[in-house]
Amino acid sequence: MSDVATSASEKSVILRFIKANMRDYALLLSLLAIMIFFQFTTNGTLFMPVNMTNIILQNSYIVIMALGMLLIIVAGHIDLSVGSVSGFIGAVAAVLMVNYKLDPFLSVVACLALGALIGGVQGYFVAYHKIPAFIVTLAGMLIFKGLALTVLGGASVGPFPRIFQLLSSGYIPDFFGVENFNVLAMLIGALVTAVIIFFNVKERRNEQAHGLAEEPDMIFYGRNLLIAIAFLGFSFLMAKYKGLPNVLVVMFGLIALFIFITTRTTFGRRIYAMGGNEKAARLSGINTEKLTFLIFAIMGALAALAGLIFAARLNVATPKAGLGFELDVIAACFIGGAATTGGVGKVIGAVIGAFIMGVMNNGMSIMGIGIDWQQIIKGVVLMLAVFLDVYYKNRAH
Amino acid sequence: MQPILEMRAITKTFPGVKALTDVNLSILPAEIHAVVGENGAGKSTLMKVLSGVYPHGTYSGDIFFEGKERKFATISDSEDTGIIIIHQELALVPLLSIAENIFLGHETATNGVINWFEAFARTRDLLKKVGLSEHPNTLITNLGTGKQQLVEIAKALNKKVKLLILDEPTSSLNETDSNALLALLQEFRAQGISSILITHKLNEVMKVADRITVIRDGKTVDTLDTSTAKVSEDRIIKAMVGRDLVDRYPARTPKIGATIFEVKNWNVHHPQHADRRIIKDVSFHVKRGEVVGIAGLMGSGRTELSMSIFGRAYGQKISGEVLVNGKPIDVSTIPHALDAGLAYVTEDRKTYGLVLIDHIKHNITLAHLEGVSEHGVIDDLRELSVANKYRKDLAIRCSGVYQPTVNLSGGNQQKVVLSKWLFSGPDILILDEPTRGIDVGAKYEIYGIINQLVDEGKAVIVISSEMPELLGISDRIYVMNDGRMVAEMPAREATQEKIMRAIMKSWEH
Repeated sequence: MSDVATSASEKSVILRFIKANMRDYALLLSLLAIMIFFQFTTNGTLFMPVNMTNIILQNSYIVIMALGMLLIIVAGHIDLSVGSVSGFIGAVAAVLMVNYKLDPFLSVVACLALGALIGGVQGYFVAYHKIPAFIVTLAGMLIFKGLALTVLGGASVGPFPRIFQLLSSGYIPDFFGVENFNVLAMLIGALVTAVIIFFNVKERRNEQAHGLAEEPDMIFYGRNLLIAIAFLGFSFLMAKYKGLPNVLVVMFGLIALFIFITTRTTFGRRIYAMGGNEKAARLSGINTEKLTFLIFAIMGALAALAGLIFAARLNVATPKAGLGFELDVIAACFIGGAATTGGVGKVIGAVIGAFIMGVMNNGMSIMGIGIDWQQIIKGVVLMLAVFLDVYYKNRAH
Repeated sequence: MQPILEMRAITKTFPGVKALTDVNLSILPAEIHAVVGENGAGKSTLMKVLSGVYPHGTYSGDIFFEGKERKFATISDSEDTGIIIIHQELALVPLLSIAENIFLGHETATNGVINWFEAFARTRDLLKKVGLSEHPNTLITNLGTGKQQLVEIAKALNKKVKLLILDEPTSSLNETDSNALLALLQEFRAQGISSILITHKLNEVMKVADRITVIRDGKTVDTLDTSTAKVSEDRIIKAMVGRDLVDRYPARTPKIGATIFEVKNWNVHHPQHADRRIIKDVSFHVKRGEVVGIAGLMGSGRTELSMSIFGRAYGQKISGEVLVNGKPIDVSTIPHALDAGLAYVTEDRKTYGLVLIDHIKHNITLAHLEGVSEHGVIDDLRELSVANKYRKDLAIRCSGVYQPTVNLSGGNQQKVVLSKWLFSGPDILILDEPTRGIDVGAKYEIYGIINQLVDEGKAVIVISSEMPELLGISDRIYVMNDGRMVAEMPAREATQEKIMRAIMKSWEH
């Protein structure tokens, strides 16, 4: 009898916890549902190792820019220029490496610095002159679109040196020599899984020691099991093809870094405070101008990196590169639960949001759906995601 | 004579607070009627009931206007009958012209096309009536506050006003403009238009009012007729403040040390209008272990003074000197002010104090993240123990430190803001209306915290519009009015009458 009672109350605890964290789960479940949907409609193409690798390669630059965009949106701003800036930086990289034969490493460093500078200049006008970011970056969008054309002289410039191409088309080399299976990729996948689970368990111990563990045991174990399945399964798929793409490593590194920044550092905390209530943040001694400036500089550097990855992937810089990227990046953040009013949003949400868009692009393309309908469907999904978010938030109040 | 307006037994309650209890107000035709009372006595609430801001059904009691019972559901209902209220903050659109403002929402239009010739002609007539010689095309932003007030009145005349309500109309006017405005009210009276004048300036009341209604703690305590009885300012002040003081303040034995904080010849100009001086040659000081109160009416410049000191968070063209322990310090930015040991606890905790969407823990550490981090990385557990410590010390009632501050009661929100500033380790705390909108029990706790702070040798400056509170907790009281320090007195010698008198006297020159 008492067993039934405890299990019933346990169940209600689990339900309550799921309800309280619905938003996070809903997002992940949506991604999963979309993937399974396309797995069927594409006759099993979606989960094929070569296609999974493709999805990563196709979306890496969107994910990387979404990281910076999340900081900007959390701070209560927007950056419309990221697509143009990434296209412009790709063009500059091409001119440096192809026309001037500059060392690829040096070129990459110079391009990242240029991106940070561009972001910084835009951030300067937003932060210190209080010009709305919408206007500053709209101007930037036009300027850098034009500059990309100017730098390239209206033509495409390429191909890039081999070493630079490796940024997007290279894989972490395997030295185990098993045929058709990249053992190193699998090992790294296992290692990352172990590290993540180790940290989760450590944090949980800490929480329990301080009587803070709100998450029920069942959910905790289930969550970690899912993480393990996802990471190991993903590594397995990667290993079956060519192994881990270099760009995947860069992307994961940045995702980890940005999760750390937003959740563990004073810098991240201040961004959330500023976005939540700028006046209160100012009166608490936070230098909101400097913070805004830095966020835009970071965004610029990330846009530059995305531009480099995109250029390396196409192996040519074209005047049209980066066109419309800003829309996918911004959509990713809002699908991922960021609030237009600022102060709310998670890095992992923006990443999942980016992959929801990416998987939809990929799946619909394989199905042979025209670009017209793809746009319409993506627009509807964005609207629906934000509507549901707002709807449930209002109902909770 | 039949009154034009009668409000009978008006009672208005907000959740947990009875703002008005059985208030009666009757206004005769062609009368200037002054409504006076302390801050928070219920004057504005009464006017909001009258003008339909609080619609019929949200209060109890009856309103009779021109002999008929009225049940206003919106402001436009009351305006249609000729009751027009002019608020303290003027409701003009700055970048539209005088004519556009006067006819805003009542455009002289046929099928949505505005007849500007008619609008201009009528504007010119109306401006003549209020004695304003400006072109109807002049933008509001190019007018001074006094003239803007006249435009508001012209706008009211355009709506065929029968009863004009003015809420603190002269609080931001200079003497000449004030006198012109009062003369206008007298002219209206001659034409048969009644006015209700809400003001703190008793000399103006004495000058123009026919009758005076005094409101205290949401009740009508007195209606005085200036024509029949001999009414003096003292008589009015006594009616305004005459309440019993019960022991609502925890006892403390002051241990007052050397001067720790000093401000000399502080001058501040309005952030938008550089020619308006808001703070005028203010000097004051605080000693270790001392609670200094700053008394004054709303708009006397106390908040502007403290915010301008705290990292120039208010105003422009700031001049003057700030000394801590006798040494001049730099307070040009908020981080500098914090480093100098200052903390400013805002009067508006929702706008300036808290990140409402975030939880208690994050709010408490916000002003001193260095205290819970190493090389920019936050130590989550240290932060947690800090938050829990303040939760316990200040008795913040919540489900846990992860509760969003938006869901806390006013008193507990205030304690979170206080915690934030206590954690930043200041030596000098400026508390701006620290007990506004919180219940008696929480107030007592906040007084206890203040006592504890000064016992530790810190200095506390309290700004409060509740005079009994200032008298109860301060060691010394400054009185501020119209941007100046107009009096200073030890708290044991101070009375509410004395403070009021100092304020009233300062208006006279």
